[in-house]
Amino acid sequence: MASAAAPHAYLQQQARWHWVEIVFWLSTLLPFVLFPQYLQLASQIAITALFALSLDLILGYAGVVSLGHAAFFGLGAYTAGILSKFYWGEPLSLLVAGALVAGLVGYATSWIIAYFRHLALIMITLGLGLLLYEAANSASWLTGGADGLQGVRIRPLLDYFNFDLYGRTAYTYSLIVLFLAFLVTRRIIHSPFGLSLRGIRENPVRMPAIGAPSRAHIRKIYTIAAVMAGIAGALIAETTETVSLETLSFQRSADVLVILILGGAGRLYGGIVGAIIYMVARDQFSGVNPQFWYFWIGLLLVAVVMFLPNGILGGLARFTESWRRRSR
Amino acid sequence: MSKLFIAASSLAAALAAAAPAYSQGTIKIGLIMSYSGQFADPAAQMDNAVKLYVKQHGDTVAGKKLEFIRKDTGGIAPPLAKRLAQELVVRDKVDIIAGLVLTPNALAVGDVSAEAKKFTVIMNAATAIITTKSPYMARTSTTLPQLNETFGTWAAKKAGVKKVYTMVSDYGPGHDAEGAFQRGFKEAGGEIVGSVRMPVANPDFSAFVQRAKDINPEAIYVFIPGGTQPSALGRALAERGVDTAKTKIFGMGELTEDEARKTMGDASLGIVTVYHYDHNHQSAMNREFVKAYNAEYNRNPNIYAVGGWDGMHLIYETLKKTKGNTDGDALIAAAKGMKWESPRGPISIDPETRDIVQTVYIRRVEKVGGQLLNVEFDKVENVKDPFKARMKK
Repeated sequence: MASAAAPHAYLQQQARWHWVEIVFWLSTLLPFVLFPQYLQLASQIAITALFALSLDLILGYAGVVSLGHAAFFGLGAYTAGILSKFYWGEPLSLLVAGALVAGLVGYATSWIIAYFRHLALIMITLGLGLLLYEAANSASWLTGGADGLQGVRIRPLLDYFNFDLYGRTAYTYSLIVLFLAFLVTRRIIHSPFGLSLRGIRENPVRMPAIGAPSRAHIRKIYTIAAVMAGIAGALIAETTETVSLETLSFQRSADVLVILILGGAGRLYGGIVGAIIYMVARDQFSGVNPQFWYFWIGLLLVAVVMFLPNGILGGLARFTESWRRRSR
Repeated sequence: MSKLFIAASSLAAALAAAAPAYSQGTIKIGLIMSYSGQFADPAAQMDNAVKLYVKQHGDTVAGKKLEFIRKDTGGIAPPLAKRLAQELVVRDKVDIIAGLVLTPNALAVGDVSAEAKKFTVIMNAATAIITTKSPYMARTSTTLPQLNETFGTWAAKKAGVKKVYTMVSDYGPGHDAEGAFQRGFKEAGGEIVGSVRMPVANPDFSAFVQRAKDINPEAIYVFIPGGTQPSALGRALAERGVDTAKTKIFGMGELTEDEARKTMGDASLGIVTVYHYDHNHQSAMNREFVKAYNAEYNRNPNIYAVGGWDGMHLIYETLKKTKGNTDGDALIAAAKGMKWESPRGPISIDPETRDIVQTVYIRRVEKVGGQLLNVEFDKVENVKDPFKARMKK
């Protein structure tokens, strides 16, 4: 009896909300009061965090390395942008549309993804990303090509809240979507399915032997991650009313990977913390020195990877662990 | 245990970096450019010209001190460019937005300019429609149709060429240039005997040049990005035995800019290009500009520099006209119809479209005193952007 209940008890114990988490989510409301002039930045941080969270699902938890994750981000952005141009501009339904298209493509490609690992995966995801980028580039009748999509018009949120210059609506909206997506992610990670994903990450060959179908699981989580990335893309299209090839670019795939590694892959808050640190650092450094700020970003990355190989959260966890042991 | 608390408070600390104070006696100008990344050099040229203009004309206009806030877009990034513009408006309280090297970024900033009613000066981005995005935008660079359509018309009418083959790189600017040149050329009675779009990353042009040569047109129109490609094209032309005296090579100025001529060497001799500025332009004002630019930065100014220079001139003169009033409506009203002498020649701001009206130069690469230079041999004066002229109809 006890042995059957043990895993459930373990999962339940893991899934309990820590007070630090509650403090963290409450503190995401601080920008409204403390930095009302930084809400646009905060909004884009929330969107990037959502994008990083989606990558964490496949990279951090299932061990699927992707260098082409921007493909889904861009699909979501273009879907929302193009629909707003031709048919309707209602933000919530556009979010769903972006998620659907990205999810469909994610599901289709997951059949390929599930068959490969490591280096082969890097090449395949990179290739799929580049293919989509070039397709969008050449289909300029639909996407606007290199100039970006023109005529994106988004209606006010719930037909009431305008996307204002200060970014109040943008941040509120992005934050709510991020929080909801986070709840879903948290639920997935702390479910038996989430646990078996971690098993697949550690040993994909052994998992089927204990009754967990590795490939089916990877297909599932890859599709879910694609849906979330699509939502993030649709969000950026809606809150900025711009869509360009940059949303599909390799740079965006690489940036989100860097953000995740910076924050700590395989940790629920890794992508979020990474996005906050990376984007605030970028904003501050490039404000001080618009020409050479990348140097400081590079330095930050090298320092983090050298001294905190498991990312900032990984480092903090190790630090608090050793501190706790010493104080005992 | 409090790892997230630490993360949250570090966010708070980082965000708390001092918000700039706003004072009455200053005018704030936000410069949005691609200071880093692939397009850093155009931004450097432009920023140099901005600094040089301020150095020569003082940083006080209409009794108010100018303050510059520089923001980096790091290449093509419209969401970032838009956010930077929004932040410049709501956080830094700028009065004027300027710079804008790249089209997608300029288009994104257009929304902010329109919504916040901020006078915005586009110092480079060259896609025709940009200035239609905001009624507060004016441009001091050029538009692709302004150059290429004019060139097409000139080729058919003045150069007497009737059959042209076009080869362009397969990307946005390439398509625009191809469309504009073909349109101008055909409307003036010319015939396009063939056209090809080449991959953007294309180190070898031999096959394309050979195909063009086989068709035996009177001229070949080429549009390729700057950098390493012009030298590869020059090599292909020489290898395939294309004689620029018999088969003319046409292109936009980028094809024979300073770096390109250096790498192409004598293969660039005889290539005919269209542009709105070259440091070899012969006028007293330009000689002085080039001298001052060289003294300060030890290099020759190019189109980005002249765009920045004239953008600053427009800002200074409109501010003088409004007596320091920075209201968007007042400034754009002052900018409309403004005429002045630029290092590139006489230019003005079209009162209807707020776009630049200028002389378009036709140049040929020649050897002058052992140096390969773009030598102007013909020009078309007072050219408006033909794209927007058509939009009105």
